[in-house]
Order: sequence, then structure tokens, then C-alpha cells
Amino acid sequence: MGTLSLRNVRKSFGNVDVIKGVDLDVEDGEFIIFVGPSGCGKSTLLRMIAGLEDTSSGTIEIDGAVVNAKPPNERGIAMVFQTYALYPHLTVRGNMSLGLKQAGRPKSVIEERVAVAARMLSLEEYLERRPAELSGGQRQRVAIGRAVVRQPKLFLFDEPLSNLDAALRVNTRLEIAALHRQLGSTMVYVTHDQVEAMTLADRIVVLNAGVIEQVGSPMELYNDPANKFVAGFIGSPQMNFVDAGLVGIKDAETAGLRPEHITLASSGGRLGGEISHIEHLGGETNIYVNCADAGLVGVRMFGEHAFEVGSRHELVIDDSRIFRFDAEGKRIRLSK
Amino acid sequence: MSTARHSAGRSIAAHAILITYTVIALFPVFVIVINSFKARKAIFRSPLELPNSETFSLVGYETALKQGDFLLYFQNSLIVTVVSLTLVLLFGAMAAFALSEYRFRGNSLMGLYLALGIMIPIRLGTVAILQLMVATGLVNTLTALILVYTAQGLPLAIFILSEFMRNISDDLKNAGRIDGLSEYRIFARLVLPLVRPAMATVAVFTMIPIWNDLWFPLILAPAEQTKTITLGSQVFIGQFVTNWNAVLAALSLAILPVLVLYLIFSRQLIRGITAGAVK
Repeated sequence: MGTLSLRNVRKSFGNVDVIKGVDLDVEDGEFIIFVGPSGCGKSTLLRMIAGLEDTSSGTIEIDGAVVNAKPPNERGIAMVFQTYALYPHLTVRGNMSLGLKQAGRPKSVIEERVAVAARMLSLEEYLERRPAELSGGQRQRVAIGRAVVRQPKLFLFDEPLSNLDAALRVNTRLEIAALHRQLGSTMVYVTHDQVEAMTLADRIVVLNAGVIEQVGSPMELYNDPANKFVAGFIGSPQMNFVDAGLVGIKDAETAGLRPEHITLASSGGRLGGEISHIEHLGGETNIYVNCADAGLVGVRMFGEHAFEVGSRHELVIDDSRIFRFDAEGKRIRLSK
Repeated sequence: MSTARHSAGRSIAAHAILITYTVIALFPVFVIVINSFKARKAIFRSPLELPNSETFSLVGYETALKQGDFLLYFQNSLIVTVVSLTLVLLFGAMAAFALSEYRFRGNSLMGLYLALGIMIPIRLGTVAILQLMVATGLVNTLTALILVYTAQGLPLAIFILSEFMRNISDDLKNAGRIDGLSEYRIFARLVLPLVRPAMATVAVFTMIPIWNDLWFPLILAPAEQTKTITLGSQVFIGQFVTNWNAVLAALSLAILPVLVLYLIFSRQLIRGITAGAVK
């Protein structure tokens, strides 16, 4: 119904390779999130799937059919943009129905689908308004509605929450999750925000410099990162990387310590240093400890903790949860 | 609102400067219009006096409308201006869309080439243009003027419009593509309405020089049938005798159509000029 396969997909602008060979299979009904730092090519990859950018080489298949040469409107996709991209001269109803009108669908079908989508997104009162008369959150709901009405095989989201304020972002995130559950359609979603990725995705695709670093469910990426990049990208605050020798590991180059797997104690730790900064968040406390040779190490403790900036503490590390990486940054997995 | 930036003194000073400028700019027009309603002697005796019951005379308008085919001149001017303006806006907007929207080899070079016309006056090429028109048999036709004016107006139009079009979000155009709109519909329905203020600006800056031009009508289309209003008014200026009443009346009449067109575009024009300044 809505599968997607990328086979050795590449994209270059002149001499610059932006996407350097991506292979990916997305199953029907999956919620896939592309995540990575800015400039990693995630938006370009999405726009290639949409048909808004040419593919330099490789094939893109939607629903088993190669779509490389098809224009966007014939690919069975719908897209939601970061800047909403609503047609300013049309009403909400006009915005939602334009695609179907262009496809020559009968009026009754269009009206019914718009009504269903409007109910789903609580936009019924706003159908006759123009985008300029709506708030940011409402505009993004209209943009989502415009995608829903098309009943696409594939939903594409290009950083849809980036222009919303923090509170609205959480609400809209929940709405998108609910929408996915309700429609059960395949969704490909691009974001640079790992919290969005972790909370929404069935599987996350971590991209870096045009290459897939790892594909997996949020918990797989968190518990079993394939390399230093993924380990550092997933999890907040970021994983600490220290010289492996400093924590007593001989067969690796770098040791990765998640802030939540370290606790502060007065003695008995492998590392020690002075507290340089504390962030009190209520539910958790983030403490940054300046260790001489290991550098700044972040520690995340749950609940409220009172420590003094400048006081000396030792770091007790949960040895079983240390990640080992070799000189190239690849993960060394311990054989069980 | 009497904040530090909006003190009464500053406001008065600003208005004084603006009013002074307006008076200076409008004064020649004012003199032309009042004198066009005066008898010949009164024009020279007291050129700055308003027409009164003694000096009021419509003789200028009578001569202007009787002698020569004044309505035809008017019509010629209107045809040339409106057709050139339409072509400049149409082709200018299309070229600007291509330059701002599509990546192709030599894009920026092409933009530079098309903008070159802003810096090089078209009149430098008069001789070549005349030879071209003679060769193609277009001398003494309105087509000759329309072609020249279209070429003259395009560089500025493309330059201004492509800058404006670059600022339109890509997402909007891409949304149109996903909804299956053709490139022409995206251009006409999504992009053009958003650059309307810029179009009005271009329209005014293109229209006024065309309407007022004397050079090309004199060289390319001096025949009775193709005279424009500016050229037509010149029949009253002789080497030895000049019929000032008629000249002033003709000029006053020539102001009207531009004024009407300007009023149509002005609301959009102001938005176009301030678009960059006020968000």
C-alpha cells in the first residue's frame, strides 16, 4: 500500500556530493524519521523522494514502482512544509481542495474528504478563512489537512514543527502521532530535533554528511548505537566521550558515558573534578564537572540535588553501561 | 505618541521639507496648467497670475483640438504606452521567474546580461535601431516604437522583479508542484499576486518615460498617422513663431492619462517601495 525503497540514491550539485549512496526500505504504515545535524542532506533526501529534486543516480520506488521520472503530483505523496506554504489567495477550504481539483476528482468526493479532514483536525470553523487570518498552529493544521485530503501513499513532513513555539510544538507533535495511529499510513518525517525523533518514530534514520549512520528504533539507537556519531547525537544531554584509559578500559580508544549513568560521590570514582555549572530542571539536575584530563563531563541526576559550584566530587560510573569505540569511532560490542 | 522619536519639532521639520519639495516639483506643472487657460497676451504679461474673467480663454484648447489630429495623437500615445507596458510586465516577470526559480548553467551571467541595459542608454543605439527599422520596413509604424520601448523597459523590470521573486518561499512553489499545478499556473497564480507591489513600481517607472519620450517618435515614427502626443505638441513650436496657448493646452491634456494610470498603480506602488523597509 505505501512502501518506499531507496536503492543507492545519490545526489550531487556540481562537484559537491550531498547524498552519497543511501539504501533504505520503509514498510507500509511505518513512521520513519530522518534526523541529523543541519547540512547532512536529510531535507534534500526528502525532496528527492517528493520529486522536487532530481536524483543524480539510484532508484526511488514508491509502492513497488520506480518513480524517478515522475513529477511530484503523480507519485502519490503529500508534503507538509516547515513554512506551512499555504496558498495566500485561497481559503482554508480552497487550500485543502486544490490538489484534488487539479487531479480532476468529482466535487462530491472533494467536499466529503475536506469535511472529514477538517473534522479530524478541528478546522471546521475556519474553512472559509484565509491563511492570513489564522494563527501559526492553525496554519500548520491546515497544511496537514491539505496533505490528508489527498489520501497519499506516503506522507512527507519537512521539519513541520520548527516554526511553532515550544508549547504548540508539543501539542502538534501529539496530533501528528494521533494522526498516524488513526490513518495508519506511511510517514517520512525530517527533523533536526532528536526529541521529536525519539517520541514519534517507529524507526529513526540517522544521517550525517549524506550517509546513513544507522537505522533503528529509538531504543535501539539509544541502547546500541553503531558508532560515536549516533551515540553522541541520540540522548540529551549529550553522551560524554573520554579517553578509554582513564576509565580503566584497555581494548578501546574512546569510552562513551551517558550522563544518566554517572552519579556523584565523595569517593570511590575513577574520575573526579570540580563542579563548573549546575542546571536545575526540577525533575532532573544536570551537573557539569570539570575533570582534569577527561575534560568537561556532564552528569544527569533525577530529582532535585543541592551541590555547590566549585566543590570537588568523584564520578561513579556504571561499568556495565560504558560504550567502547575504536580509533575510527566505530563501536566495539562486547561478545556476550 | 510623543516619544523621543516623534517629537512635534521633528514632525514639523519633516513636513516643512516635504511640502517645500512638493511645491517645487508641482510648480512647473501648475504654471503650465494655469497658463493654458489664459489668452496669449496674459501669458506673457503676468505668467504667474491665475486666469480671471478678463484673461480667461480657451483658445489654446480650441487650436490644439482643431489643428492636427489631436485625438489620433492621443490614441497613438495610449496604444504605444499600454502595449509596451503590458509586454514589459509580461516578459519581464517571466524572465525574472526563470532567473530566480531555475538552476541552469549561466544563470547569473544571464541575469547580469539582462540587467546591463539599465546602465547603457538605449539611445546610444539610435542609428543602428533606425537602420534596423528601415531594413524591416517598420519606420513610421507604432510597432517600431513598441518594440524599442519594450526593449528599453525590460532590463529594469527583470532586475527589480527577479529580486522580489527570489524572496518568495520555495515551499509555496513546491506545494503547488505537489498539488499538480503547472509551472505556468505556479507563476500566474502563486508568484504574480505576491509580487504585485513590485509590478506596480515597475509599471510606473516604465510608463512615464515612454509617455514623455520625444526622441524615438521623432526619429522612428514622425508620420502624421503615427505621431504621439509629445511629438504632436511640437507642431505648435515653430522656428520663428510658437503658439504658446496651444502648446500649453496640449501639454496639460497630455498630463491627464498618465495621472489616471498613476492613480491606478499608486496604492500598490507605495507598498512596493516600502516593502523592504517596513516588514
